[in-house]
Amino acid sequence: MTTDIAVDCRTCPAYNAAALKKLGMNVEEADYIIALAGNPNTGKSTVFNALTGLRQHVGNWPGKTVARAEGGLIFNDNQYKLVDLPGTYSLLSTSTDEEIARDFLLFGQPSVTVVVVDATRLERNLNLTLQILEITESVVVALNLIDEAQRHGIEVNERQLSRQLGVPVIPMVARRKQGIPELLQAIEAVAKGDYVTRPHRTRQYDTRLEKALEAMVQTIEQTYPDLPNPRWVALRLLDGDASIEEAIREHRLGDLSRGKSVVPIADTISLEVVS
Amino acid sequence: MNAQTDILQTAKHFQKELGEEYHDKVVEAIYADAARIADNCVSRDAQKAKLNFDTALDKALTHPIGGFLVMGLMFFIVFWLTISGANIPSQILADLLLDKAYYGLHGIATALSAPDWLSGFLIDGVYLATAWVVAVMLPPMAIFFPLFTLLEDFGYLPRVAFNLDKLFARTGAHGKQSLSMMMGFGCNAAGVISTRIIDSPRERLIAIITNNFSICNGRWPTLILIGTIFISSTAPPILASFVAALSVVAIAVLGIVTTLLVSWGLSKTWLKGETSVFSLELPPYRPPQILQTLYTSVIDRTAIVLWRAVQMAAPAGAVIWLISNIYLGDVSIAGYLVNFLNPLGLLLGMNGVILLAYIVAIPANEIVIPTILMLTLTLGSNIVGAQSGVILELENTQVYTVLTQVGGWTLLTAVNLMLFTLLHNPCSTTILTIWNETKNRKWTLIASLLPVALGLIVTFSTATLYRLFM
Repeated sequence: MTTDIAVDCRTCPAYNAAALKKLGMNVEEADYIIALAGNPNTGKSTVFNALTGLRQHVGNWPGKTVARAEGGLIFNDNQYKLVDLPGTYSLLSTSTDEEIARDFLLFGQPSVTVVVVDATRLERNLNLTLQILEITESVVVALNLIDEAQRHGIEVNERQLSRQLGVPVIPMVARRKQGIPELLQAIEAVAKGDYVTRPHRTRQYDTRLEKALEAMVQTIEQTYPDLPNPRWVALRLLDGDASIEEAIREHRLGDLSRGKSVVPIADTISLEVVS
Repeated sequence: MNAQTDILQTAKHFQKELGEEYHDKVVEAIYADAARIADNCVSRDAQKAKLNFDTALDKALTHPIGGFLVMGLMFFIVFWLTISGANIPSQILADLLLDKAYYGLHGIATALSAPDWLSGFLIDGVYLATAWVVAVMLPPMAIFFPLFTLLEDFGYLPRVAFNLDKLFARTGAHGKQSLSMMMGFGCNAAGVISTRIIDSPRERLIAIITNNFSICNGRWPTLILIGTIFISSTAPPILASFVAALSVVAIAVLGIVTTLLVSWGLSKTWLKGETSVFSLELPPYRPPQILQTLYTSVIDRTAIVLWRAVQMAAPAGAVIWLISNIYLGDVSIAGYLVNFLNPLGLLLGMNGVILLAYIVAIPANEIVIPTILMLTLTLGSNIVGAQSGVILELENTQVYTVLTQVGGWTLLTAVNLMLFTLLHNPCSTTILTIWNETKNRKWTLIASLLPVALGLIVTFSTATLYRLFM
């Protein structure tokens, strides 16, 4: 395939990286809200720092970020607000850090969720990724630490992974800023709807369970026809998730289906003194 | 019936039908999918994986016995480097801030013919307390934090947590408490926040209450200074810095032991319950990024901690100067307070000055040592030629002289001060954080008072034993 070089400059990542302006903490009217999620220790904070120019302390240490941190950037004239969520292994239990992450994905309604994934531990990281894909379809996977994976003799086929998950997958080495321009482009494409994701949704093998889920989804959709993720809400209600039940009782779920961002439950806490 | 209750009731109905296996089945389906996708996308080079340096290192560092030896050795090396490295810069700083700048400021005040009370209040109170904090804290922090951060970035701290995890589980606490405890070694407020990773409320409370037994930034300098000038004097000069470092490590280890004991006690009494099972992931080792580490540890840690100390020291300096210079009859307010606290202080193997310093230092532990020196010099006999509420430039040897001769300190005073540094109430920031995290008056109160109670018992016991046998 021949390409027109002069035109293709505009799509070249190197060209577009110059269109990145790091805003640090100064985000006011963001066009898009980007959530950063992932397992602990995958380099979320490193990606966060590379994008915002902030210097949140990065620790090789699970549980380092237990609150949300926020920052901003301008890319191709659009202002993005970036929210760094606590690193979690799952969104299905009840610890406070998982609740903060989950509530933000559900009630904060980010335009795009970037899931930072450790290439050396893909399987474990995919557990969380799949759970996030149940909640939101606007996802970009940042396949981080590919240098370390190579050192351990692990090769991840990112095209195959992207096909299976139905979302863009960007291989990167965040510590050396490799892949950052490509990540920004993917975020932009998903945010603007230029890239239409087809998220992988997990089927339940148990037929009784699947039937119950379908019935629940129907009941929910009667009341909230525009809800983006009725299946996930049904999954959680069947699990007796108290915070989702509360959201229904307080009519916050209704706001969601009207596309309004609901203020997340936990406040942003910036850890001034990090050990 | 409205639509909302309809949804909730339908859910309740299915919950009963599906039973308790529901949660596991959902999780299983996700895990099966994840495994299948990963399998499709990952190829492994078996040969390369075999030569795995990380696995070998992990075996050594998390060895049931060797792991603990390495841990002790690592901490010892860090403190020894800190103590022997901080000596000279400390003296240079003291010379600059407490001698040259101090007299310079007084010179300016005289030239402006400022009234005595004003220059006293500002220079002898506010400035000197601040300068003291900087001189005492900056050099050890500038060495200790980068070293600690390097260990952290390399991935060593999670191995320590892994070693301790089994001990915590045996006490009936959550294994993840070893992680929040390690966070507490930096800052207890941050440590308390980090207990959010523990999902059982019972085990989280145990972690919150015991976090104060991790020595924090504000307390390391006190221990390092007392270890350097008192404990090291018990050893021949060649071994002095080793003994000083050992004494600091001993207190830190005692803190870990206390954490375990108190966790055990709590889980057997007020906070009974099941121990949660969890898996702790050991992150891969990463080559530390030396320059970036230096930057973050100097800017983010050293500067922030120092700034906080300075903010606390300035008003504290003002308070100390005022209570030392306002007289009710023949005795200053500070004099009354110290006289009042002295009997209790002596009973605990310390003195009234130390106890008063701890009360003044509730906002920040960082200012304990400067406060003690200020009060000792003010209230003691006038042999060093100090005015009321003035701290002079003092090198380590002079600090020793002042405390032993003016303050009447013995080895017992030093040891008990170190013990009390470990076992006393959390600073006000931490207490506020505990309140924010628990929203419970009772547990906030217990978390604040339990350590003081332990401190009183322990120092009373050592003082009694000392009097009996020495």
